[in-house]
Amino acid sequence: MDKLLTQIAGHYNYWMVIILMMIGLYITISRGNLIKKIVGLNLFQASVFVLYISMGKVTGGTAPIITGLPGETYSNPLPHVLILTAIVVGISTTALALALAVRIRESYGTIEEDEIQQIEDQMETKS
Amino acid sequence: MHHHLILRVIAKLLLPFILLFGLYVQWHGDYGPGGGFQAGVIFAVGFILYALVFGTEALTRIVSQKALIAGMSFGLLLYAGTGVASMLLGLGYLDYSKFGSDPVHGQEWGILIVELGVGIAVACAMTAIFIAFAHREADHNDKDW
Amino acid sequence: MIAVDMILFGFLILTALAIVKLRNLFAVTMLAGLFSLLAAGLFMTLDAVDVAFTEAAVGAGISTVLMLCALALTTRREKPQIHSPVLPLLCCFVTGAALIYGTLDMPLFGSADAPVQTHVGGAYLVRAGVETGVPNVVTAVLASYRGYDTLGEVTVIFVAAISVLLLIGFPRRKDGGE
Repeated sequence: MDKLLTQIAGHYNYWMVIILMMIGLYITISRGNLIKKIVGLNLFQASVFVLYISMGKVTGGTAPIITGLPGETYSNPLPHVLILTAIVVGISTTALALALAVRIRESYGTIEEDEIQQIEDQMETKS
Repeated sequence: MHHHLILRVIAKLLLPFILLFGLYVQWHGDYGPGGGFQAGVIFAVGFILYALVFGTEALTRIVSQKALIAGMSFGLLLYAGTGVASMLLGLGYLDYSKFGSDPVHGQEWGILIVELGVGIAVACAMTAIFIAFAHREADHNDKDW
Repeated sequence: MIAVDMILFGFLILTALAIVKLRNLFAVTMLAGLFSLLAAGLFMTLDAVDVAFTEAAVGAGISTVLMLCALALTTRREKPQIHSPVLPLLCCFVTGAALIYGTLDMPLFGSADAPVQTHVGGAYLVRAGVETGVPNVVTAVLASYRGYDTLGEVTVIFVAAISVLLLIGFPRRKDGGE
């Protein structure tokens, strides 16, 4: 029982993040609306960030800003740097995806995936 | 817009503080949380707030699209140019050791200049993306939306 | 501290489930902003202050505004689903089970002797104050030790802004040509 409790207390962050990742993945692959897909992708990205940052945490540590006090433990700064870059790249991807969704709406008149597929099939049978 | 009185007054009161806070975050990134990206986003948010309350035309009167594109390119060139400058001083690309009197000072100068380039590029990029979205006319009217 | 973490994680999962169910895209956008803000709070409890700052500003600020702009140009509601959700659910369950099985021998949360803490990260904490004179180690690593990656990142955001401007930045010609 003790071993199970330490197992849960030591791994609950990974499991919560995996649940969030799977919810984001479900939104991306099962919904047909393009904007909903983009929101699901954002959810997936944010949960991956939480995974990396939780791996860098040291119990009893503090933010990695050196204060000069002796005997201070700091959390690992390397995942923070990675995730800063990843957040900015994520917003760039989201902005570009939203611009593409707007252009698709202007060309096809809809942003639902199955309707776009229907219009494409009709255009193909005509030509 | 004459009926959004509270929004206009509060936006006019808050905007200088938002821009000042953006400057604080930019220059104090060395000593606390902050740095180029956060400061650039806060700057852009100040401009976006102005555009949301007073209209996009008012914002493009202050900063034109061309100025934003020039700002973006300048920020990126500042960063890449710092690397070229250190190559011209005889070191490797983006090696800041010779920018000051001793290597530690050189690193501080290099980090400051590079973060400034990042801040300018991010602020102009975010504002330009927002203006591009806001200027696009929708092809449906409000009733069909 | 475990209680705060659990509460934040619980709210994150609830928000994600609400985003799945809702079909009003305006509400989905607001909940996505709320999700980013809760993630920023979680980053604060995990000692990542720079990341929390950036996530709150970018995720709850810029991302919400851009999605609202895109919503104004597209549509407000999502169509009801006609495909059955069984296959995506099965896919997600299998992937999730495989990932959870993979995390069983990962290091415990917060352990100080995990491989990620003992190699380069600890070395940077010691060297950054001495070699760069900058107390914020994340800024020192971002701008000096890993400067190439940050250059690539600024290039990515520059390219994204240029691409958005090319796609929707120019006024539409009414005759249909672009």
